[in-house]
Amino acid sequence: MLLGLPVFLFLTAFYVYPILSLFAASLAPEGRLDLSGAAALVDSPYYLRLLGFTVAQAALSTLLTLALALPSAYVFARFDFGGKRLLLALATLPFVLPTVVVAAAFSALIGESGLLNEALMGTLSLVEPPIRLERTLAIILIVHVFYNYSVALRLIASFWASQSPSIEEAGRTLGAHGWRLWWHVRLPILRPAILGAALLVFIFCFTSFGVVLILGEPRFATLEVEIYRQATSLFNLPLAAALSIIQMGLMYLLMIVYAGIQRQVVVELRSPQQARTPQRPAERAALAASLLVMFTLLFAPLLALIVRAFTLGGGFTLRYFAALNSNPRGSILFTPPMTAVGNSLVFAIATMLLGLLLGTAAAYALRRGRLARWLDPLLMLPLATSAVTLGFGFIIALDEPPLNLRSSVVLIPIAHTLVALPFVIRSVLPALRAIPPALPDAARVLGAHGWSLWRRVELPLIARGLIVGAVFAFTVSMGEFGASLFIARPDTPTVPVVIFRLLGQPGALNYGQALALSVILMGVCALAFILIERSRSLGAGDF
Amino acid sequence: MRTMLLLAWLIVGSVFVPVSAQDSTVRLVTHDSFNVSEGVLAAFEQESGLTVEILRLGDAGTMVNQSILSRENPLGDVLYGVDNTFLSRALDADLFIPYESPLLERVDSSFSVPGSPVVPVDFGDVCLNYDVAAFEASGLPLPTSLADLVHPEYARALVVQNPATSSPGLAFLLATVAVFGEDGDYTYLDYWSDLVANEVVIADDWTDAYYGQFSGSAGSAGDYPLVVSYASSPPAEVFFADPPVNAAPTGAVTAPEMCFRQIEYAGVLANAANVEGAQRFIDFMLSRSFQEDLPLQMFVFPVSLDAALPDVFQQYAVVPEEPVIMSFDAIAAGRDRWIAEWTELVLR
Repeated sequence: MLLGLPVFLFLTAFYVYPILSLFAASLAPEGRLDLSGAAALVDSPYYLRLLGFTVAQAALSTLLTLALALPSAYVFARFDFGGKRLLLALATLPFVLPTVVVAAAFSALIGESGLLNEALMGTLSLVEPPIRLERTLAIILIVHVFYNYSVALRLIASFWASQSPSIEEAGRTLGAHGWRLWWHVRLPILRPAILGAALLVFIFCFTSFGVVLILGEPRFATLEVEIYRQATSLFNLPLAAALSIIQMGLMYLLMIVYAGIQRQVVVELRSPQQARTPQRPAERAALAASLLVMFTLLFAPLLALIVRAFTLGGGFTLRYFAALNSNPRGSILFTPPMTAVGNSLVFAIATMLLGLLLGTAAAYALRRGRLARWLDPLLMLPLATSAVTLGFGFIIALDEPPLNLRSSVVLIPIAHTLVALPFVIRSVLPALRAIPPALPDAARVLGAHGWSLWRRVELPLIARGLIVGAVFAFTVSMGEFGASLFIARPDTPTVPVVIFRLLGQPGALNYGQALALSVILMGVCALAFILIERSRSLGAGDF
Repeated sequence: MRTMLLLAWLIVGSVFVPVSAQDSTVRLVTHDSFNVSEGVLAAFEQESGLTVEILRLGDAGTMVNQSILSRENPLGDVLYGVDNTFLSRALDADLFIPYESPLLERVDSSFSVPGSPVVPVDFGDVCLNYDVAAFEASGLPLPTSLADLVHPEYARALVVQNPATSSPGLAFLLATVAVFGEDGDYTYLDYWSDLVANEVVIADDWTDAYYGQFSGSAGSAGDYPLVVSYASSPPAEVFFADPPVNAAPTGAVTAPEMCFRQIEYAGVLANAANVEGAQRFIDFMLSRSFQEDLPLQMFVFPVSLDAALPDVFQQYAVVPEEPVIMSFDAIAAGRDRWIAEWTELVLR
């Protein structure tokens, strides 16, 4: 229980206290509860429709993501093939890319004058572009799949790989083949992993902000978008607070369900089946089909982005990369790319360390007991809290000693850690729960105690989970953007912030530099992922 | 393990030593677009003996909101970047203490707000930008009034930003309110109905509109030849062209009553720790060196009569002669209602 203390203090100081301060200031400015500012919630049918759209798009995105990720999960769990780890690392890249950049990638690929339409118009001699997805619900769904595919893939594949093949073999013996095998055997076995993945993807899409804002028509709005509009443009804090509470409440309920399911996902440490090379033609076809899906959905947009960053007037260029290093206006906003990468790395490493320390301690506290059922979902709540709510909360709550941090640079890794913690806990907890209690007991009998017991027995068993947690903490921080924008800070811009600034000014060079910096961001993250992937196997850990 | 965590907690905790403001530091609260030349700022620091700390608080609206939330214990001493569309919100919250800079004498009086605690620093005009090549190719004449835009020849041509989320979007909405009014046979809402019927595209912010939807910028990927942007965007296109160009790929439509003037202000924050430093910083912002530095750093125009424009502005920027100018209290009285009515009509 004592191990839960650091994470409890951290959450209380940097999450619960700021959020409650903001809600109190918004809904009870005079000390009495005053909900008149939020009256529009019940007066106007708009908010009900808003909730309807938010739920509908999240549900559709989740179904689509699962439908596409499930066959790939099968392939990744069962088969070994060259470049498997590289593919998995690349599939995680979308996670760190700012939405503006992803929007640019998709419009370069499937926009009305994008590569695909031009190719189709050329070969089929069409006058009108055949693919018209811009500003439709379809493009929102596609981009949600783009972002969340790897989450579903990792979660399901790692669970699948850890299952003993004997049940499936028994099913075959009893005559289950084809769809029967899937429906009666595989899906029931995978149910905890599929539902877990579904809930996580659903939460991500429910709170989707940038994707809906930039790629959808402004008519499409999620609760998250409306909270932002009410808080920033209209400064209607009571309504923003009420919407935030609704969103957090709904997400809390979902997370209780999720945490319940998650407890069933326990990685077995022994006798997982071995992946093998695909042999039968049907297996090869499955592998090819799965790679094709990943290529079209994930890698083609990334490739389009890279091509654009290196193209000028139809030819190859390094100009945009070179321009990143020059400061022709001598302006103080100028950040050399290496400085931005350096800032991002410092924040990401700080987030990783803080997240691992707090997350591991929290995982130990959550391992057993009743507390876990309520605390676990609470730790997930920062995922469901909009950046503007957190930013405004920081401003009014952290303004006096000993927590006078409003304009301190340490707020950035703190905010990133809030978002990273759920990932670290999700990665470490299953490994921890899978340790049979007999194991530490046996070690004690053999004379291991305290520190040496932990280091020699438990640490090696959870090491893979720790590493996965570390990657996700690192990734969250590298790609995080909302909090960096809403937190008052001295000038230590991260890579996404510099990309955002470049895209805020007209001119070809600014746009090109933003693309070039995105390519650098992808490169740095791909390198980090590959390093991590080398030290774990697919059969262990969550995600 | 426990001791390690405790130790880590203490280390993390010890970083949080409160930073007290000193008289030799002046803290500037501003928006994300703030920019100044390193040399100009360094010269001010050298001459005044002050260290300038810059805090960026998101976009202009977010900055004002956060400053209001922290009014009793402000984040900084001086705020720069509140414009005439948001000024009333700041004034209603008593965000500033008055400062009458001696340098105001050299500021074009049309920008001043008599009796208010803030000083104007720069202005920019929100105007339609057009894709020069596309208009040449189609032979379509440029629109000469806002009313032209509802004609069938401009169908599926125009991109505007959502006024609820974008500052130029709000400026364009205000221009339509000023031109068509709220009463009579044809109100600004009738105009917007016609724009919607003419398939106007609504983007969420400037970046998406300009780079994502508009076809004119050298960097853009869009298909629409008209976009709401700034009169200073064409010179920026030239300045940031690569390879260098002699003519901008875009132009600004500066016909009478088609542009909206945004004016940005600065003021000393109430409860500031260093009031004197804040006042000196305001003088600095009105000084010739800062005013002449403004155009290329933030792509806005100086308010000082003494400031000369850089070459690229003299050659490629057009200052509209009859922009729509709306007083900030008129904006204050109507802004939220207009945004709500617009949202109801156009988006729902």
